[in-house]
Amino acid sequence: MTPKVSLRGVTKSFGTNTVLRDLSLDVAAGEVVSLIGASGSGKTTILRCINLLEQIDDGVVLLDGDEISAIGRDPNPVRRRVGIVFQSFNLFPHMSVTRNITLALTKVLGLGSEAATQRATELLTRFGLADKAGAFPDQLSGGQQQRVAIIRALAMQPEVLLLDEITSALDPELVGEVLDVVRELKGSGITLLIATHEMAFAREISDRVCFLHAGSVAEIGSPSQVFGAPRDERTQQFLRRVRSN
Amino acid sequence: MVLAAVVVFVPRMPRWDRVKKSFFDVEQMRDSLPRLLDAFWLDIKIFAWTTPAIFIAALLIALARNSRSPALFPVRMLAAAYTDVMRGVPVILWIYLVGFGVPGLGLERPFNSPLLWGSVALGMTYSGYVAEVFRAGIDSVHESQRAAARSLGLSSAQTMRHVVLPQAVRRVVPPLLNDMVSLQKDVALVSLIGPIEILRQAGIDKSKFANFTPFVLAALIFLAVTIPLTRLTDYLWHRERRRTSGTRVAA
Ligand SMILES: Nc1ncnc2c1ncn2[C@@H]1O[C@H](COP(=O)(O)OP(=O)(O)OP(=O)(O)O)[C@@H](O)[C@H]1O
Ligand SMILES: [Mg+2]
Repeated sequence: MTPKVSLRGVTKSFGTNTVLRDLSLDVAAGEVVSLIGASGSGKTTILRCINLLEQIDDGVVLLDGDEISAIGRDPNPVRRRVGIVFQSFNLFPHMSVTRNITLALTKVLGLGSEAATQRATELLTRFGLADKAGAFPDQLSGGQQQRVAIIRALAMQPEVLLLDEITSALDPELVGEVLDVVRELKGSGITLLIATHEMAFAREISDRVCFLHAGSVAEIGSPSQVFGAPRDERTQQFLRRVRSN
Repeated sequence: MVLAAVVVFVPRMPRWDRVKKSFFDVEQMRDSLPRLLDAFWLDIKIFAWTTPAIFIAALLIALARNSRSPALFPVRMLAAAYTDVMRGVPVILWIYLVGFGVPGLGLERPFNSPLLWGSVALGMTYSGYVAEVFRAGIDSVHESQRAAARSLGLSSAQTMRHVVLPQAVRRVVPPLLNDMVSLQKDVALVSLIGPIEILRQAGIDKSKFANFTPFVLAALIFLAVTIPLTRLTDYLWHRERRRTSGTRVAA
Protein backbone atom coordinates (compact mmCIF):
# COMPACT_ATOMS: atom_id res chain seq x y z
CA MET A 1 0.00 0.00 0.00
CA THR A 2 1.20 3.52 -0.77
CA PRO A 3 2.32 5.26 2.41
CA LYS A 4 0.34 8.33 3.40
CA VAL A 5 3.48 10.38 3.88
CA SER A 6 6.84 9.42 2.56
CA LEU A 7 10.21 11.12 2.77
CA ARG A 8 12.85 9.71 0.43
CA GLY A 9 16.47 10.76 0.72
CA VAL A 10 15.54 14.17 2.06
CA THR A 11 18.36 16.63 2.66
CA LYS A 12 17.89 20.09 4.08
CA SER A 13 20.48 22.67 5.06
CA PHE A 14 20.33 26.11 6.60
CA GLY A 15 23.41 27.78 5.18
CA THR A 16 26.27 25.43 5.96
CA ASN A 17 24.33 23.64 8.68
CA THR A 18 22.97 20.38 7.25
CA VAL A 19 19.94 19.60 9.36
CA LEU A 20 18.42 16.62 7.53
CA ARG A 21 20.77 14.12 5.87
CA ASP A 22 19.45 11.70 3.32
CA LEU A 23 16.48 11.02 5.56
CA SER A 24 13.85 8.45 4.63
CA LEU A 25 10.65 7.70 6.49
CA ASP A 26 7.30 6.17 5.53
CA VAL A 27 4.12 6.71 7.49
CA ALA A 28 1.04 4.63 6.69
CA ALA A 29 -2.46 6.07 6.54
CA GLY A 30 -3.99 6.24 10.02
CA GLU A 31 -0.68 5.47 11.66
CA VAL A 32 0.67 7.34 14.68
CA VAL A 33 4.42 7.89 14.51
CA SER A 34 6.43 9.75 17.13
CA LEU A 35 9.68 11.51 16.37
CA ILE A 36 12.07 11.56 19.29
CA GLY A 37 15.65 12.71 19.51
CA ALA A 38 17.91 15.32 21.03
CA SER A 39 17.29 19.00 20.62
CA GLY A 40 18.49 20.05 17.18
CA SER A 41 18.17 16.55 15.71
CA GLY A 42 15.73 17.84 13.09
CA LYS A 43 12.25 16.96 14.39
CA THR A 44 10.72 20.36 13.74
CA THR A 45 12.42 20.64 10.38
CA ILE A 46 10.93 17.33 9.19
CA LEU A 47 7.43 18.48 10.08
CA ARG A 48 7.91 21.87 8.42
CA CYS A 49 9.17 20.15 5.26
CA ILE A 50 6.06 17.97 5.09
CA ASN A 51 3.82 21.04 5.48
CA LEU A 52 5.99 22.82 2.87
CA LEU A 53 6.91 25.61 5.27
CA GLU A 54 10.49 24.71 4.35
CA GLN A 55 11.82 23.81 0.94
CA ILE A 56 14.03 20.74 0.82
CA ASP A 57 17.37 20.75 -0.98
CA ASP A 58 17.37 17.17 -2.17
CA GLY A 59 15.14 14.09 -2.16
CA VAL A 60 11.36 14.01 -2.35
CA VAL A 61 8.37 14.29 -0.03
CA LEU A 62 5.33 12.30 -1.16
CA LEU A 63 1.74 12.56 -0.03
CA ASP A 64 -0.26 9.53 -1.17
CA GLY A 65 2.56 8.87 -3.61
CA ASP A 66 2.28 12.34 -5.11
CA GLU A 67 5.44 14.45 -5.10
CA ILE A 68 4.46 17.52 -3.09
CA SER A 69 7.99 18.86 -2.71
CA ALA A 70 8.39 19.67 -6.41
CA ILE A 71 9.68 23.21 -6.83
CA GLY A 72 7.11 25.68 -8.07
CA ARG A 73 4.14 23.63 -6.93
CA ASP A 74 1.33 25.51 -5.20
CA PRO A 75 1.66 24.56 -1.52
CA ASN A 76 -1.88 25.55 -0.54
CA PRO A 77 -3.74 22.42 -1.72
CA VAL A 78 -1.23 20.34 0.24
CA ARG A 79 -1.60 22.45 3.36
CA ARG A 80 -5.35 21.89 3.27
CA ARG A 81 -4.68 18.19 3.66
CA VAL A 82 -1.78 18.43 6.11
CA GLY A 83 -2.31 20.38 9.32
CA ILE A 84 0.36 21.42 11.81
CA VAL A 85 0.25 22.48 15.45
CA PHE A 86 3.16 24.46 16.83
CA GLN A 87 4.94 24.40 20.16
CA SER A 88 4.05 28.08 20.73
CA PHE A 89 0.34 27.73 19.74
CA ASN A 90 0.51 30.67 17.31
CA LEU A 91 -3.13 31.59 17.69
CA PHE A 92 -4.08 34.88 16.06
CA PRO A 93 -4.20 37.25 19.05
CA HIS A 94 -6.54 39.78 17.43
CA MET A 95 -9.27 37.21 16.75
CA SER A 96 -11.69 35.42 19.01
CA VAL A 97 -11.36 31.68 19.48
CA THR A 98 -14.17 31.06 17.01
CA ARG A 99 -12.69 33.41 14.42
CA ASN A 100 -9.31 31.71 14.79
CA ILE A 101 -11.00 28.48 13.78
CA THR A 102 -13.32 29.81 11.08
CA LEU A 103 -10.84 32.07 9.27
CA ALA A 104 -9.34 29.34 7.09
CA LEU A 105 -12.68 27.52 6.82
CA THR A 106 -14.19 30.54 5.12
CA LYS A 107 -11.15 31.89 3.25
CA VAL A 108 -9.55 28.61 2.18
CA LEU A 109 -12.33 26.02 2.09
CA GLY A 110 -14.96 28.55 1.06
CA LEU A 111 -17.47 27.58 3.73
CA GLY A 112 -20.23 30.05 4.53
CA SER A 113 -19.80 31.80 7.84
CA GLU A 114 -22.72 29.91 9.39
CA ALA A 115 -21.41 26.50 8.38
CA ALA A 116 -17.94 27.48 9.55
CA THR A 117 -19.17 28.70 12.91
CA GLN A 118 -21.17 25.54 13.35
CA ARG A 119 -18.14 23.38 12.68
CA ALA A 120 -16.11 25.44 15.15
CA THR A 121 -18.81 25.16 17.80
CA GLU A 122 -19.06 21.40 17.38
CA LEU A 123 -15.34 20.94 17.82
CA LEU A 124 -15.13 23.34 20.76
CA THR A 125 -17.95 21.46 22.44
CA ARG A 126 -16.36 18.10 21.75
CA PHE A 127 -13.13 19.21 23.42
CA GLY A 128 -14.76 21.01 26.35
CA LEU A 129 -14.11 24.57 25.24
CA ALA A 130 -17.61 25.67 24.25
CA ASP A 131 -17.63 28.43 26.87
CA LYS A 132 -14.47 29.94 25.37
CA ALA A 133 -15.89 30.48 21.89
CA GLY A 134 -15.96 34.25 22.23
CA ALA A 135 -12.77 34.64 24.27
CA PHE A 136 -9.51 36.03 22.93
CA PRO A 137 -6.31 33.99 23.09
CA ASP A 138 -4.74 36.06 25.87
CA GLN A 139 -7.71 35.27 28.08
CA LEU A 140 -6.99 31.53 27.90
CA SER A 141 -4.55 29.32 29.78
CA GLY A 142 -1.70 27.80 27.78
CA GLY A 143 -3.42 24.44 27.75
CA GLN A 144 -6.64 25.98 26.46
CA GLN A 145 -4.76 27.91 23.80
CA GLN A 146 -3.04 24.79 22.58
CA ARG A 147 -6.33 22.89 22.48
CA VAL A 148 -7.79 25.70 20.37
CA ALA A 149 -4.76 25.51 18.08
CA ILE A 150 -5.35 21.78 17.63
CA ILE A 151 -9.03 22.40 16.93
CA ARG A 152 -8.11 25.10 14.43
CA ALA A 153 -6.01 22.57 12.53
CA LEU A 154 -8.61 19.79 12.91
CA ALA A 155 -11.41 21.97 11.61
CA MET A 156 -9.78 21.82 8.17
CA GLN A 157 -10.37 18.05 8.34
CA PRO A 158 -6.79 17.25 7.39
CA GLU A 159 -5.71 13.75 6.44
CA VAL A 160 -2.41 14.23 8.23
CA LEU A 161 -1.78 16.18 11.42
CA LEU A 162 1.73 17.19 12.44
CA LEU A 163 2.22 17.97 16.13
CA ASP A 164 5.42 19.77 17.04
CA GLU A 165 6.17 19.45 20.75
CA ILE A 166 2.73 20.70 21.53
CA THR A 167 3.17 20.40 25.29
CA SER A 168 6.69 21.80 25.65
CA ALA A 169 5.57 25.34 26.37
CA LEU A 170 3.03 24.26 28.99
CA ASP A 171 3.10 24.05 32.76
CA PRO A 172 3.17 20.39 33.83
CA GLU A 173 -0.38 20.44 35.17
CA LEU A 174 -1.70 21.57 31.78
CA VAL A 175 0.01 18.85 29.73
CA GLY A 176 -2.61 16.21 30.44
CA GLU A 177 -5.56 18.06 28.96
CA VAL A 178 -3.68 18.62 25.69
CA LEU A 179 -2.48 15.02 25.44
CA ASP A 180 -6.06 13.85 26.03
CA VAL A 181 -7.04 15.61 22.82
CA VAL A 182 -4.37 13.68 20.94
CA ARG A 183 -5.47 10.40 22.55
CA GLU A 184 -8.95 11.05 21.29
CA LEU A 185 -7.66 11.55 17.74
CA LYS A 186 -5.87 8.22 17.57
CA GLY A 187 -7.92 5.70 15.68
CA SER A 188 -10.11 8.33 14.02
CA GLY A 189 -8.37 7.58 10.73
CA ILE A 190 -6.16 10.65 10.80
CA THR A 191 -2.44 10.12 10.32
CA LEU A 192 -0.43 11.59 13.19
CA LEU A 193 3.22 12.56 13.18
CA ILE A 194 4.27 13.72 16.61
CA ALA A 195 7.55 15.39 17.56
CA THR A 196 7.82 15.08 21.31
CA HIS A 197 9.99 15.04 24.41
CA GLU A 198 7.27 13.23 26.39
CA MET A 199 8.68 9.71 26.27
CA ALA A 200 5.90 8.12 28.28
CA PHE A 201 3.34 9.63 25.96
CA ALA A 202 5.25 8.56 22.84
CA ARG A 203 5.39 5.04 24.16
CA GLU A 204 1.69 4.97 24.97
CA ILE A 205 0.26 6.53 21.82
CA SER A 206 2.56 5.52 19.00
CA ASP A 207 2.26 2.69 16.54
CA ARG A 208 5.91 3.30 15.77
CA VAL A 209 8.61 5.45 17.31
CA CYS A 210 11.35 7.03 15.23
CA PHE A 211 14.59 8.05 16.89
CA LEU A 212 16.44 10.79 15.03
CA HIS A 213 20.09 11.51 15.33
CA ALA A 214 21.77 14.42 13.54
CA GLY A 215 19.14 14.59 10.84
CA SER A 216 18.81 10.91 10.01
CA VAL A 217 16.68 8.07 11.27
CA ALA A 218 18.90 6.13 13.64
CA GLU A 219 16.24 3.66 14.69
CA ILE A 220 12.57 3.07 14.05
CA GLY A 221 10.28 0.41 15.47
CA SER A 222 7.44 -0.38 17.81
CA PRO A 223 7.41 1.57 21.08
CA SER A 224 8.17 -1.52 23.09
CA GLN A 225 11.16 -2.30 20.90
CA VAL A 226 12.61 1.22 20.76
CA PHE A 227 12.05 1.96 24.43
CA GLY A 228 12.39 -1.58 25.76
CA ALA A 229 15.22 -2.98 23.69
CA PRO A 230 16.87 -0.22 21.64
CA ARG A 231 19.29 -1.66 19.11
CA ASP A 232 21.16 1.47 18.18
CA GLU A 233 23.83 2.64 20.56
CA ARG A 234 22.83 6.30 20.14
CA THR A 235 19.23 5.48 21.01
CA GLN A 236 20.42 3.72 24.15
CA GLN A 237 22.54 6.70 25.12
CA PHE A 238 19.70 9.14 24.45
CA LEU A 239 17.20 7.15 26.49
CA ARG A 240 19.66 6.79 29.35
CA ARG A 241 20.16 10.54 29.37
CA VAL A 242 16.44 11.29 29.23
CA ARG A 243 15.65 8.82 32.01
CA SER A 244 18.32 10.09 34.34
CA ASN A 245 16.70 13.54 34.27
CA MET B 1 7.86 77.14 38.51
CA VAL B 2 8.98 78.45 35.13
CA LEU B 3 5.47 79.58 34.45
CA ALA B 4 5.28 81.39 37.81
CA ALA B 5 8.59 83.11 37.10
CA VAL B 6 7.33 84.21 33.72
CA VAL B 7 4.06 85.52 35.16
CA VAL B 8 5.84 87.41 37.92
CA PHE B 9 8.89 88.80 36.13
CA VAL B 10 7.96 89.32 32.53
CA PRO B 11 5.43 92.11 33.31
CA ARG B 12 8.18 93.93 35.24
CA MET B 13 10.50 94.05 32.27
CA PRO B 14 11.10 97.60 31.04
CA ARG B 15 9.44 97.19 27.65
CA TRP B 16 6.65 94.85 28.67
CA ASP B 17 4.01 97.41 27.88
CA ARG B 18 5.11 97.73 24.34
CA VAL B 19 5.38 93.94 23.84
CA LYS B 20 1.99 93.50 25.39
CA LYS B 21 0.52 95.94 22.95
CA SER B 22 2.07 94.40 19.87
CA PHE B 23 1.73 90.68 20.75
CA PHE B 24 -1.25 90.40 23.07
CA ASP B 25 -3.58 93.11 21.88
CA VAL B 26 -7.06 91.89 22.76
CA GLU B 27 -8.76 94.27 20.37
CA GLN B 28 -6.56 93.04 17.56
CA MET B 29 -7.36 89.44 18.46
CA ARG B 30 -11.06 90.09 18.23
CA ASP B 31 -10.61 91.75 14.90
CA SER B 32 -8.41 89.03 13.37
CA LEU B 33 -10.13 85.97 14.80
CA PRO B 34 -12.82 85.52 12.12
CA ARG B 35 -10.32 85.99 9.29
CA LEU B 36 -7.83 83.57 10.83
CA LEU B 37 -10.44 80.94 11.54
CA ASP B 38 -11.63 81.30 8.00
CA ALA B 39 -8.10 80.82 6.70
CA PHE B 40 -7.57 77.91 9.09
CA TRP B 41 -10.43 76.17 7.37
CA LEU B 42 -8.12 75.83 4.35
CA ASP B 43 -5.48 74.15 6.56
CA ILE B 44 -8.12 71.71 7.73
CA LYS B 45 -9.18 71.00 4.17
CA ILE B 46 -5.60 70.37 2.99
CA PHE B 47 -5.12 68.09 6.00
CA ALA B 48 -8.37 66.29 5.28
CA TRP B 49 -7.65 65.49 1.67
CA THR B 50 -3.97 64.64 2.03
CA THR B 51 -4.42 62.28 4.99
CA PRO B 52 -6.37 59.49 3.25
CA ALA B 53 -4.11 59.76 0.20
CA ILE B 54 -1.06 59.48 2.44
CA PHE B 55 -2.39 56.40 4.21
CA ILE B 56 -3.26 54.59 1.01
CA ALA B 57 0.02 55.44 -0.72
CA ALA B 58 2.06 54.60 2.39
CA LEU B 59 0.36 51.24 2.80
CA LEU B 60 1.02 50.32 -0.83
CA ILE B 61 4.66 51.36 -0.52
CA ALA B 62 5.07 49.40 2.71
CA LEU B 63 3.51 46.31 1.13
CA ALA B 64 5.82 46.69 -1.86
CA ARG B 65 8.84 46.89 0.43
CA ASN B 66 7.71 43.85 2.38
CA SER B 67 7.02 41.69 -0.67
CA ARG B 68 8.99 38.46 -0.64
CA SER B 69 8.80 37.01 -4.10
CA PRO B 70 12.24 37.14 -5.78
CA ALA B 71 10.54 38.38 -8.96
CA LEU B 72 9.45 41.54 -7.14
CA PHE B 73 12.99 42.65 -6.37
CA PRO B 74 12.72 45.77 -8.61
CA VAL B 75 9.49 46.75 -6.84
CA ARG B 76 11.22 46.49 -3.47
CA MET B 77 14.10 48.60 -4.77
CA LEU B 78 11.78 51.29 -6.10
CA ALA B 79 9.81 51.45 -2.87
CA ALA B 80 13.00 51.73 -0.84
CA ALA B 81 14.34 54.47 -3.12
CA TYR B 82 11.06 56.36 -2.83
CA THR B 83 11.04 56.40 0.98
CA ASP B 84 14.73 57.34 1.08
CA VAL B 85 14.35 60.24 -1.34
CA MET B 86 11.15 61.54 0.25
CA ARG B 87 12.56 61.47 3.74
CA GLY B 88 15.98 62.72 2.71
CA VAL B 89 14.89 66.21 1.64
CA PRO B 90 13.18 68.82 3.88
CA VAL B 91 9.42 69.05 3.36
CA ILE B 92 9.68 72.70 2.54
CA LEU B 93 12.01 71.99 -0.39
CA TRP B 94 9.61 69.48 -1.89
CA ILE B 95 6.84 72.04 -1.57
CA TYR B 96 8.91 74.64 -3.42
CA LEU B 97 10.09 72.19 -6.08
CA VAL B 98 6.74 70.55 -6.79
CA GLY B 99 4.51 73.51 -5.93
CA PHE B 100 6.33 75.96 -8.20
CA GLY B 101 7.83 73.45 -10.61
CA VAL B 102 4.80 71.56 -11.84
CA PRO B 103 2.48 74.57 -12.37
CA GLY B 104 5.45 76.16 -14.14
CA LEU B 105 5.11 73.52 -16.87
CA GLY B 106 2.19 75.52 -18.20
CA LEU B 107 -0.65 73.16 -17.31
CA GLU B 108 -4.27 74.27 -17.76
CA ARG B 109 -6.50 75.27 -14.87
CA PRO B 110 -7.18 73.67 -12.40
CA PHE B 111 -3.95 71.69 -12.79
CA ASN B 112 -1.75 74.74 -12.44
CA SER B 113 -2.78 75.52 -8.86
CA PRO B 114 0.03 75.85 -6.32
CA LEU B 115 -2.48 74.72 -3.72
CA LEU B 116 -2.94 71.41 -5.54
CA TRP B 117 0.75 70.78 -6.08
CA GLY B 118 1.71 72.01 -2.65
CA SER B 119 -0.68 69.44 -1.21
CA VAL B 120 0.77 66.78 -3.51
CA ALA B 121 4.28 67.60 -2.28
CA LEU B 122 3.11 67.32 1.31
CA GLY B 123 1.43 63.99 0.54
CA MET B 124 4.51 62.66 -1.21
CA THR B 125 6.87 63.35 1.66
CA TYR B 126 4.50 62.20 4.37
CA SER B 127 3.71 58.97 2.54
CA GLY B 128 7.44 58.24 2.74
CA TYR B 129 7.43 58.64 6.52
CA VAL B 130 4.17 56.84 7.08
CA ALA B 131 5.28 53.97 4.83
CA GLU B 132 8.22 53.41 7.16
CA VAL B 133 5.88 53.34 10.14
CA PHE B 134 3.70 50.71 8.44
CA ARG B 135 6.78 48.72 7.48
CA ALA B 136 8.02 48.69 11.06
CA GLY B 137 4.58 47.49 12.15
CA ILE B 138 4.53 44.70 9.59
CA ASP B 139 8.04 43.63 10.58
CA SER B 140 7.04 43.54 14.23
CA VAL B 141 4.51 40.75 13.64
CA HIS B 142 6.28 37.52 14.50
CA GLU B 143 7.15 35.15 11.69
CA SER B 144 5.29 32.36 13.50
CA GLN B 145 2.01 34.17 12.81
CA ARG B 146 2.66 33.89 9.10
CA ALA B 147 3.67 30.26 9.49
CA ALA B 148 0.41 29.54 11.30
CA ALA B 149 -1.67 31.28 8.64
CA ARG B 150 0.17 29.73 5.70
CA SER B 151 0.01 26.28 7.29
CA LEU B 152 -3.78 26.56 7.25
CA GLY B 153 -3.66 27.09 3.49
CA LEU B 154 -4.11 30.86 3.40
CA SER B 155 -2.33 32.53 0.49
CA SER B 156 0.34 35.10 1.23
CA ALA B 157 -2.09 37.90 0.30
CA GLN B 158 -4.77 36.48 2.61
CA THR B 159 -2.18 36.10 5.35
CA MET B 160 -1.18 39.74 4.98
CA ARG B 161 -4.77 40.95 4.85
CA HIS B 162 -6.28 38.95 7.71
CA VAL B 163 -3.39 38.11 10.01
CA VAL B 164 -0.39 40.41 9.61
CA LEU B 165 -1.86 43.82 8.75
CA PRO B 166 -4.53 43.97 11.47
CA GLN B 167 -1.88 43.29 14.11
CA ALA B 168 0.65 45.62 12.49
CA VAL B 169 -1.73 48.55 12.21
CA ARG B 170 -2.88 48.20 15.81
CA ARG B 171 0.70 48.47 16.98
CA VAL B 172 1.52 51.58 14.97
CA VAL B 173 -1.53 53.69 15.73
CA PRO B 174 0.43 55.89 18.17
CA PRO B 175 3.34 56.70 15.80
CA LEU B 176 0.83 57.25 13.01
CA LEU B 177 -1.01 59.81 15.13
CA ASN B 178 2.32 61.40 15.88
CA ASP B 179 2.90 61.87 12.16
CA MET B 180 -0.58 63.31 11.85
CA VAL B 181 0.24 65.94 14.46
CA SER B 182 3.30 66.93 12.43
CA LEU B 183 1.33 66.98 9.23
CA GLN B 184 -1.30 69.22 10.81
CA LYS B 185 1.45 71.78 11.46
CA ASP B 186 3.33 71.31 8.21
CA VAL B 187 0.20 72.11 6.24
CA ALA B 188 1.06 75.75 6.99
CA LEU B 189 4.17 75.40 4.83
CA VAL B 190 1.97 75.29 1.75
CA SER B 191 1.34 79.00 2.37
CA LEU B 192 4.91 79.71 1.31
CA ILE B 193 3.97 79.09 -2.30
CA GLY B 194 0.81 81.20 -2.29
CA PRO B 195 -2.41 79.80 -0.83
CA ILE B 196 -3.84 81.95 1.91
CA GLU B 197 -4.11 79.64 4.84
CA ILE B 198 -3.85 80.69 8.46
CA LEU B 199 -0.13 81.42 8.67
CA ARG B 200 -0.25 83.63 5.61
CA GLN B 201 -3.44 85.36 6.71
CA ALA B 202 -1.74 86.11 10.04
CA GLY B 203 1.18 87.60 8.09
CA ILE B 204 -1.17 89.78 6.09
CA ASP B 205 -2.91 91.01 9.24
CA LYS B 206 0.42 91.62 10.92
CA SER B 207 1.59 93.85 8.08
CA LYS B 208 -1.70 95.65 7.80
CA PHE B 209 -1.98 96.53 11.50
CA ALA B 210 1.75 96.57 12.31
CA ASN B 211 0.99 94.21 15.17
CA PHE B 212 2.21 90.66 15.94
CA THR B 213 -0.93 89.58 17.77
CA PRO B 214 -2.30 87.66 14.74
CA PHE B 215 0.70 85.30 14.96
CA VAL B 216 0.04 84.64 18.61
CA LEU B 217 -3.57 83.98 17.77
CA ALA B 218 -2.56 81.61 14.95
CA ALA B 219 -0.35 79.71 17.39
CA LEU B 220 -3.27 79.40 19.81
CA ILE B 221 -5.52 78.08 17.06
CA PHE B 222 -2.92 75.45 16.13
CA LEU B 223 -2.57 74.44 19.76
CA ALA B 224 -6.31 74.05 20.08
CA VAL B 225 -6.08 71.28 17.50
CA THR B 226 -2.68 69.71 18.12
CA ILE B 227 -2.84 69.45 21.91
CA PRO B 228 -5.93 67.21 21.97
CA LEU B 229 -4.35 65.15 19.17
CA THR B 230 -1.11 64.82 21.13
CA ARG B 231 -2.93 63.83 24.31
CA LEU B 232 -4.83 61.18 22.38
CA THR B 233 -1.53 59.87 21.01
CA ASP B 234 -0.05 59.63 24.49
CA TYR B 235 -3.10 57.87 25.79
CA LEU B 236 -2.93 55.29 22.99
CA TRP B 237 0.81 54.80 23.54
CA HIS B 238 0.27 53.95 27.16
CA ARG B 239 -2.62 51.69 26.44
CA GLU B 240 -0.59 49.82 23.82
CA ARG B 241 2.34 49.50 26.25
CA ARG B 242 0.09 48.15 28.95
CA ARG B 243 -1.42 45.68 26.55
CA THR B 244 1.94 44.29 25.45
CA SER B 245 3.71 44.60 28.79
CA GLY B 246 2.96 41.00 29.61
CA THR B 247 5.51 39.82 27.08
CA ARG B 248 8.07 42.50 27.84
CA VAL B 249 10.95 42.38 30.27
CA ALA B 250 10.70 45.06 32.91
CA ALA B 251 14.20 46.52 32.86
N1 LIG C 1 15.17 28.80 10.11
C1 LIG C 1 16.35 28.27 10.48
N2 LIG C 1 17.50 28.88 10.14
C2 LIG C 1 18.69 28.35 10.49
N3 LIG C 1 18.84 27.22 11.19
C3 LIG C 1 17.74 26.58 11.57
C4 LIG C 1 16.43 27.07 11.24
N4 LIG C 1 15.52 26.21 11.74
C5 LIG C 1 16.22 25.25 12.36
N5 LIG C 1 17.54 25.44 12.26
C6 LIG C 1 18.60 24.57 12.77
O1 LIG C 1 18.29 23.27 12.38
C7 LIG C 1 18.65 22.34 13.38
C8 LIG C 1 17.50 21.41 13.66
O2 LIG C 1 16.45 22.18 14.17
P1 LIG C 1 15.04 21.56 14.56
O3 LIG C 1 14.24 22.72 15.03
O4 LIG C 1 14.51 20.78 13.43
O5 LIG C 1 15.42 20.60 15.75
P2 LIG C 1 14.46 19.89 16.77
O6 LIG C 1 14.79 18.45 16.74
O7 LIG C 1 13.06 20.26 16.50
O8 LIG C 1 14.94 20.49 18.14
P3 LIG C 1 14.11 20.84 19.47
O9 LIG C 1 13.93 19.56 20.19
O10 LIG C 1 15.01 21.77 20.21
O11 LIG C 1 12.83 21.47 19.02
C9 LIG C 1 19.11 23.12 14.57
O12 LIG C 1 20.53 23.08 14.59
C10 LIG C 1 18.64 24.52 14.28
O13 LIG C 1 19.55 25.44 14.79
MG1 LIG D 1 11.66 21.43 17.53
